[in-house]
Amino acid sequence: MYKKIISLCIFSISFVVFSQNNEGSLTGNIESTFQYLRADSLIGAELPPEKALMNTYMNAFYTNKGFKAGGRFESYSPHINGYPTVFSGTGIGMRYIGYVNNLVDVTIGNFYEQFGQGSLFRAYENRALGYDNAMDGMRLILRPVPGVIIKSVYGRQREAFTNGQVVVTSGIVRGIDGEIHFNEAFKCMKEKKFDLTFGGSFVSKYQKDDKDNLILPENVGSYGGRLKMRYGKLVVDAEYSIKENDPSLDNKFIFNKGHAALFNIGYSKTGFGISVSGKSVDNMSYRSNRDQKLQVDLINYLPSMNKTHTYNLVASLYPYATQLNGEIAYQTEVIYTIKKGSKLGGKYGTTLNGNFSTAYKPRQVTTGFNPLDSTGIMYSCTPFDMSSTLFWQDINFNISKKFSKSFNMILNYFDIKMNNDYSTITENATGVITSHIGVIEMGYKINKSHSLRMEVQELITNKGKGRDKGDWATVVLEYNYKSNWFVGFMDQYNYGNPIDELRIHYVIGTVGYVHESTRFTLSVGRQRAGLFCVGGVCRAVPAMNGLTLSFTQSF
Amino acid sequence: MKKTVVLFLSLVLTISSFSQEEHKVDEGKKIPAVQLKTMDGKSVNTAELGFKGPVIFSFWATWCSPCKRELNTIHDLYIDWQAETGVNLVAVSIDDMKTASGVPVYVDGKSWEYLVLMDPNGDFKRAMGVNNVPHTFLVDTDGTIVYSHNNYAPGDEDKLYEELLKVAKKTN
Repeated sequence: MYKKIISLCIFSISFVVFSQNNEGSLTGNIESTFQYLRADSLIGAELPPEKALMNTYMNAFYTNKGFKAGGRFESYSPHINGYPTVFSGTGIGMRYIGYVNNLVDVTIGNFYEQFGQGSLFRAYENRALGYDNAMDGMRLILRPVPGVIIKSVYGRQREAFTNGQVVVTSGIVRGIDGEIHFNEAFKCMKEKKFDLTFGGSFVSKYQKDDKDNLILPENVGSYGGRLKMRYGKLVVDAEYSIKENDPSLDNKFIFNKGHAALFNIGYSKTGFGISVSGKSVDNMSYRSNRDQKLQVDLINYLPSMNKTHTYNLVASLYPYATQLNGEIAYQTEVIYTIKKGSKLGGKYGTTLNGNFSTAYKPRQVTTGFNPLDSTGIMYSCTPFDMSSTLFWQDINFNISKKFSKSFNMILNYFDIKMNNDYSTITENATGVITSHIGVIEMGYKINKSHSLRMEVQELITNKGKGRDKGDWATVVLEYNYKSNWFVGFMDQYNYGNPIDELRIHYVIGTVGYVHESTRFTLSVGRQRAGLFCVGGVCRAVPAMNGLTLSFTQSF
Repeated sequence: MKKTVVLFLSLVLTISSFSQEEHKVDEGKKIPAVQLKTMDGKSVNTAELGFKGPVIFSFWATWCSPCKRELNTIHDLYIDWQAETGVNLVAVSIDDMKTASGVPVYVDGKSWEYLVLMDPNGDFKRAMGVNNVPHTFLVDTDGTIVYSHNNYAPGDEDKLYEELLKVAKKTN
């Protein structure tokens, strides 16, 4: 409690001191979500004893010349449906103070940061997911010469927010990262077409050995390098990281080292773009608390390598979550716009987009390893050497075309295979679930003030063990009035459910009002259980029936 | 009791300091200085982008359909807007490392001529107080935010254009 009072005082005093100077800037936002729920046994929606739930956040950030300070209040009274249970009470969830100029950037308190692509370190916040592993400690960023950045971080991660207080992990995280962009650092390379960036990181965590039956490493180091090359519009990106032995609940306390290798090759020019990416990950779950699971206490970030879908049936029924213990994945994305004025392009051009992604289990060689010996090393594996076990595959296409100033249409097709035995999403299926999804989206601008949008979606799963809940159809209708009002309607109909009683309509209606940076949304209806994912990190959202009112404001 | 008193005092201090600040905030918020990289890997400071005319900042992501609808709609009007008002649009991508490699593919595939900045860990998004995307800000030639809108519905570009004309008129 005292800590908070002191930090509040620091803010107050700093605001007072700096408010005498009229150069300061204050920004921030508020977000509040209120739910009033009803029990609905048919869809498995439960009624919490409090009936009404609410999450609220307010951020305020102040900067004045080099000085910066900011914080966030959070309130869970109690937390909304399906939100992680470790969030409760009202209090300060984040606060910092710092100073920045052209050479240094110092932050004391909480901060978010990422080294390279994040495969060794990422402190990140996503409120919708309930993911917040903000560091609490000190960060120093140095920019000694143009093109050179050195970052160092030291602190503990936020693990939970309970009874209005932040709970930090028992483990300490520290790291350093350096990056040099040659074309900015060296004059002779400034105007060159060839562009080069190098980077490297070292991250280490400390956690006390708290197990009697094992001798655990208390300090676990990890290190990696990265490279980015560009020649005109051709880009090659690669990052390779190694983690020293780190027995944890995730890897069942084995002593293997871990690796993460990522690459991406991209080429694009006006009207055309392509990228090919690949990754190989083995035993790379890296947490400041070895006994945690889900998204708690993760130090690094291992994104899943697939497209983030937005249509309801595609995004939330069978999404893929990263397999932290290992996966080998590839993705290709292509986009091409047929020129305006051509026969197929029409007046505005027609865009074709294709995407393919797949993930497999790595091949682990166990011969020559004795699971009972004292090394604790269980297998060997080679980067990008994969087994025949498929985790995920997604093939999708879409064509989007604007026919006139007022009418546009997008046609989509998705073919998704997901291995429910590994990336488990449902208890009603085993093995690979194959789904075929078609979506038609149409937008019509009636005039300056009125517009309509409609989506028709259909999902069919293959018969057999992977049938799961069977086939679905969804209709989405949206009406916008001026730039202020919108009304939405969505019906998801599980018409192909193998169980007759569960062939249900999930109907939800929404009304929203937006004025500049203020936004109110009210939705009423049924929401099916599903998985909500951002960047391969997923949170299960239970079914609900009721009313949700949300308010957001930026200032 | 002692704790309550301290808490109360600090709250009073905070409120008083905010209230002193209030009228200054009303005069318009400046673009905060955050170090980001362009899509081509060049470091830039968001407060010193070096544009002469008004600037539109639009926060978007490759997975955000309304964001793409907004930026594609503006794209068809952009040449006219630039000629009339000297505006530049900065498209700030909040794609994280999962989808960031798709940004140049989409931007070039759609032939956007905007300056695209990468904000993979949400530093600029946080500093601008953005809750969710799309969120669009109009900034005048002094770097002051004069209009912002969270959401996109067809027709919002007309409102943005009206506001843009006001800014352009003021400068001339």
